[in-house]
Amino acid sequence: MPSTDPKWSDVTPKAAWLNRRQIMAGAAAAFATPAVAQNLSTSETANTLEEITNYNNYYEFGLDKGDPAKYAGQLTIDPWAVQIDGLVDRPGSYDLADVMRMGPVEERIYRFRCVEAWSMVIPWNGIQLSHILNKVGVQPSARYVAFETLLRPEEMPGQRQGFLDWPYREGLRLDEAMNPLTLMATGLYGESMPKQNGAPIRLVVPWKYGFKSIKSIVRISLTADQPPATWNLTNPREYGFYANVNPEVSHPRWSQATERRIGGGLFNSRQDTVMFNGYGDQVASLYAGQDLKRDF
Amino acid sequence: MQIVNQALRPVPSWSMYLLGLVPLSWLVLRGVMGQLGVDPVRTVEHDLGLRALQWICFGLAISPLRWLTGINLLKFRRAVGLVAFFYAVLHLSAWLFLDIQLHWGQIWGDILRRPYITLGMLALLMMLPLALTSNTWSIRRLGKRWQKLHRLVYVAGAAAAVHFLLVGKVWVGEALIYVGIVAILLIIRRVHSQRRASPAAK
Repeated sequence: MPSTDPKWSDVTPKAAWLNRRQIMAGAAAAFATPAVAQNLSTSETANTLEEITNYNNYYEFGLDKGDPAKYAGQLTIDPWAVQIDGLVDRPGSYDLADVMRMGPVEERIYRFRCVEAWSMVIPWNGIQLSHILNKVGVQPSARYVAFETLLRPEEMPGQRQGFLDWPYREGLRLDEAMNPLTLMATGLYGESMPKQNGAPIRLVVPWKYGFKSIKSIVRISLTADQPPATWNLTNPREYGFYANVNPEVSHPRWSQATERRIGGGLFNSRQDTVMFNGYGDQVASLYAGQDLKRDF
Repeated sequence: MQIVNQALRPVPSWSMYLLGLVPLSWLVLRGVMGQLGVDPVRTVEHDLGLRALQWICFGLAISPLRWLTGINLLKFRRAVGLVAFFYAVLHLSAWLFLDIQLHWGQIWGDILRRPYITLGMLALLMMLPLALTSNTWSIRRLGKRWQKLHRLVYVAGAAAAVHFLLVGKVWVGEALIYVGIVAILLIIRRVHSQRRASPAAK
C-alpha cells in the first residue's frame, strides 16, 4: 500500500524520474559482467514486443489474453510503493525508486512457460530478488516470501468480478526466492515495463509456470509458514504451490509433455517441454529429496 | 409472422449452406490479412469451435422459434445441422493438426483424461450418425427411429456447451451464456412435449 508520506517520486518531476530510471538501466547494463548474463540468459530468439505485450494472462484486466493490452492503460503506476514487511530487519513502504536502487538492473532473456502449455522467450530487465532481500535484511526465522498484486478495482475491471479471490497472491520458498534466476522485473526490451505485463514491478521465476510470476507487486512479506497462493487456493488439484515446469507431471487440464511456442507459426510451433523449463542445472538441487509428483 | 414466412418461402434451403460458409470465409480472410492475433492457432481453433456451438444453438432454436413465434425455418434445419457438424469437424482438425500437431500419445491421453476434451469428443461423435443420416433416404429407411436418433443432438448440444465452459480456468463470461442458451432451448422443448403429452393441463 502506498504510504501517506511524501516520496521521492512525488517531489521529482516525472521527466526527470523517467530519465533517471533510464540512466540507471543503462548503467546497469554496462556494468553487468557478460559472463553472468551469458550464464543466466538463453540464446534463443526472443519473441517480438508485439507478441509479448498482446498475449497476456492478467485476470485483473479480464479473462481474454487480449484484455490486458486493451484495459491496462488506465492503471496508475506512479506513484508506486512496495510494502516490505514480516520477518525482515528493515520493514517499511519502499518507493519504487528505492527498490530499484537495491541492486543493478540486468537484462535476462528467459524462457517463459505458461501452465496452459504455451511458451515465449522474453528479454526482461530487472533486479535479482536476492539483492532486494539482502538489502532489507531477512531474519533467520523466515522460510518463505509472500507477494501481493495491487488491489484497485476501480482501475482493474477484472477485480470488479468475483471469479478469483483478490488481491492475487503468490509465494516462494526462501531458497527459491534467493536463487540468482529469480528476478524482480521492471522492464522489457530495455524499456520500462508495459502495464499489461505487470508494471511497474513484477516477479519472474523462469523455471516455474507463469502464474507464479506475480505482477504489479505492492507487498513482499517474509514469513515462517507457507503463504497462500491464489490459484492454489482456487483449485489445489490443478495448481500446486511449487508449480515447477515438469513434463512428467500431467496437469488435469493440459498435458505438460509438450508446449506451443508463440510465434512458431501455424504448423510447426509444438515442441517438447524440458524439466524445470530448461533451468535444471541452476535449480534442480533446490528440490533434492522432494517428490515432485506430490509437491507439484 | 405470416409476412416472415411468406418472405422465406422462395428462399431455397441450400442458401443456408452459403450462409454457413460466411464465418469460415471471414476467418480465412483474417488469416490472409495476418489478423489472427499473436497466437493464430488458438484463434483458428476457438473460432471454429465457437461457430460449431453457435450453429448447434441455431438448430436447437428452430422448433422453439416456431412454437413461440410461428416463424417456420424447418426446411433449413438439415442444412443448419450439417453446417454445425462441418464446423465441429474443422474444430477437431484444428486441434489435431495445428494445436496438438499429431502427438498421438498426448491426443489419446487428453481424450481419456481431460473432461473438457472427453466431452467435446463425445459431442462430435454424437453428431456423426446425425450427419450420416441427414438424407431423405435415411429418414424413410429409419422411420420413427430417425426422430429418436436425432434427439441425440440435445445431448450433443449440452456436451458442447459444457465443453466450452470447462475449457476456461474459471467459469465465467461467454461460455456461461452458451450454457444458458442451450439450457433454455432444451427446457422449452421439455415443457412443450409435456404439454403435448397431457392436453388436459392446457
